[in-house]
Amino acid sequence: MKILVGVKRVVDYAVKVRVGANGVELKNVKMSMNPFCEIATEAAVRLKENKAANVSEVVAVSVGPKQCQDTLRTALAMGCDRAIHVKTDLRGDYMELQSDSVAKIFQKIVEEKEQNTDLVLLGKQSIDSDCGQVGPMLAGFLNYPQATFAANIDLDGDGLKVERETDSGTETIKIPSLPAVITCDLRLNEPRYATLPNIMKAKKKKIDTIDANDLGVDLTAKNKVLEVYEPPPRKEGIVVEDVDELIAKLKNEAGLLQ
Amino acid sequence: MISKSLRQNRFQFQKTFRLFSTLQSPTEQDFQELVKRAPSSLVVNHWEELEKYNKDWTGNYSGKSRIVCRPNSTKEVSSILEYCNERKIGVVPQAGNTGVVGGSIPIGDEVILSIEKLNQIHSFDGINGIVQCDAGVVLQTLQEKVAAWDALVPIDLGAKGTCMIGGNIATNAGGQYYYRFGSIHSNIIGLEVVLADGTILDLMSTNRKDNTGYDLKHLFVGSEGTLGVVTKVALNCPRLPSSRNVAFLACDSFQSVCETLAKAKEHLGEVLAAFEFMDKAVLDQVATEKRIPLLNDNGENYDFYVLVETQGSNEDHDMQKLELFLESTMESSQAVDGILAQDMKQVLDIWEIRESCNPIIKSKGYNYKYDISLPLDCYYDIANVMRDRLSKFPTVEVVNWGHVIDGNLHLNIIDKGEFKVREEVKELIEPFVFEYTISKKGSISAEHGLGQCKNEYLGKYAKDAATVAVMKNLKQSFDPNGILNPSKFLPSL
Repeated sequence: MKILVGVKRVVDYAVKVRVGANGVELKNVKMSMNPFCEIATEAAVRLKENKAANVSEVVAVSVGPKQCQDTLRTALAMGCDRAIHVKTDLRGDYMELQSDSVAKIFQKIVEEKEQNTDLVLLGKQSIDSDCGQVGPMLAGFLNYPQATFAANIDLDGDGLKVERETDSGTETIKIPSLPAVITCDLRLNEPRYATLPNIMKAKKKKIDTIDANDLGVDLTAKNKVLEVYEPPPRKEGIVVEDVDELIAKLKNEAGLLQ
Repeated sequence: MISKSLRQNRFQFQKTFRLFSTLQSPTEQDFQELVKRAPSSLVVNHWEELEKYNKDWTGNYSGKSRIVCRPNSTKEVSSILEYCNERKIGVVPQAGNTGVVGGSIPIGDEVILSIEKLNQIHSFDGINGIVQCDAGVVLQTLQEKVAAWDALVPIDLGAKGTCMIGGNIATNAGGQYYYRFGSIHSNIIGLEVVLADGTILDLMSTNRKDNTGYDLKHLFVGSEGTLGVVTKVALNCPRLPSSRNVAFLACDSFQSVCETLAKAKEHLGEVLAAFEFMDKAVLDQVATEKRIPLLNDNGENYDFYVLVETQGSNEDHDMQKLELFLESTMESSQAVDGILAQDMKQVLDIWEIRESCNPIIKSKGYNYKYDISLPLDCYYDIANVMRDRLSKFPTVEVVNWGHVIDGNLHLNIIDKGEFKVREEVKELIEPFVFEYTISKKGSISAEHGLGQCKNEYLGKYAKDAATVAVMKNLKQSFDPNGILNPSKFLPSL
């Protein structure tokens, strides 16, 4: 089985983002691998470690500026074998590069550069654009079966059995045969830390760079972002001194009691 | 020949005797007057209702105060102290009540003066990097507020969600970034203090350099509320680093830990911010509740762990230095394994492990806690010495962690399953630990202070007679009636 994993470089999830004139401020802000992409990478590496899955190699792919190489090194340190960097300076947080272009880029990679890919693993969504669209769109363009929001992936004969998390419960989907696209959700696994020996080894692993413009994909944004603003600040809560004051406030200020 | 327990009782008796020989117990009229002067005060008839203020989190200390004054302003603090000084009533200043030496717990029925309502942040000067705020601001709140201005508070401790900056100052709190930012002494720019007689001493300033007279504010830093009550603070706040990285390393000997430390200083230079150590014994306990992300080939904890943090203004630059350092320690096997956090969540998760040491071992049994400074060449020897001494007690474990870069060890002895002191265990520990520490020219209280736990040891295990005499003169000069935190900090004899 040959696996392709998509990893996106985004603003670190722990950073408090600020909105500037041009959308979210990215200057001097800590960037890291998208948490769902970390989970997808972990899923790929675990499949590789599972002898029964017979994985020949895991290839990590990232679309973005030259610093994406850091994100790819993390994927390599977690256990991917080699990486592809699709280079573009377009902003990936929906402001410039959008889901359909990214899905088409991945389509080109699968069809022209990495033929015989059996499984594409992606995070269910990125935490900057929050679209969740690349997985389903890619499956559509490639005409592959898809299972999204995977909370569990098991080998099942020639295919895979995926448990999906939905709002109304767990749905089990059987993918009878590969290739397929799966997007990964939070409860699928807990990603491993990158160990120092593996970080050293990762330095020697190959990263191929392709210019996004050379792929023959339309990179223009089809949707226009009209405005980006911070949500209005939450009003501070107050501490009341005793039950009487609480009742008075509920009655007179909040209008919740008769 | 006086037996040990009798000797301890004699200290206790003398403490109480001294307390009540010069000070008055507050009366009903006193309560009424104090409430008039600070209307937010709590007076109760049964001390169970004031338990939160009368007890500390270690469970080792509890007082019998029947009033907690909660002044809203410096004026109210002054008014309360003026009254208590006239009436010769003992006052125990209290901030977050997170100390470990009972420094803010009354011994008898002294009045508790809580600064919790002095909680306003007044201003932040971004160009100078100085914040001005009230003493009762919770440390974490202050950290979050100054972060919005791209700055950080130069101290950080596990208790940040509860402790208050005024308490941190009164105890000269140390914490994990002491090496990088220096002590509170290095960062205090100004202070407002109320003295025992109610005099408001305005030492607030925003001048970093001011050589005009004795620098009095430094007397109050670390004075544990015995010279005055801190009400306002002006603190240096360095710029928030845009680059913060953490590596978690495993070493197979303490010697390797020291060599790794030397390498860290050599390669990381000015971006080295913290270097903490934990031994297998403490992480075995932490592992019962948290996942340890670095295990050996047998799936067990390594013998020693080190947490290294860098902070800087340029991610690429810091990463380059960090990679050089990590390669160097791995190549010479000073570190036998390690992980590097790839995002902030991993940074915080690794710190979680270090910060969980204290609360998790507290839940396992009675803790005999020691916070000592030792030279690095014998820093870990005491752990093994104590293990030998206590080997006949199968439930007793010696666990260790600490700010090794500062030579500060948190030696903790857990009596698993027991939740109170066992004299037969304690007598093998004290005074041996103190005597061992001073034989190595260390300090018996690196950062936790003296409070009511170690004050009697000041003369015997810490400072010479001449020094203690000067300290007592100072106390006499600032607080002639001895109302501030009586029977604490200084020895009674």
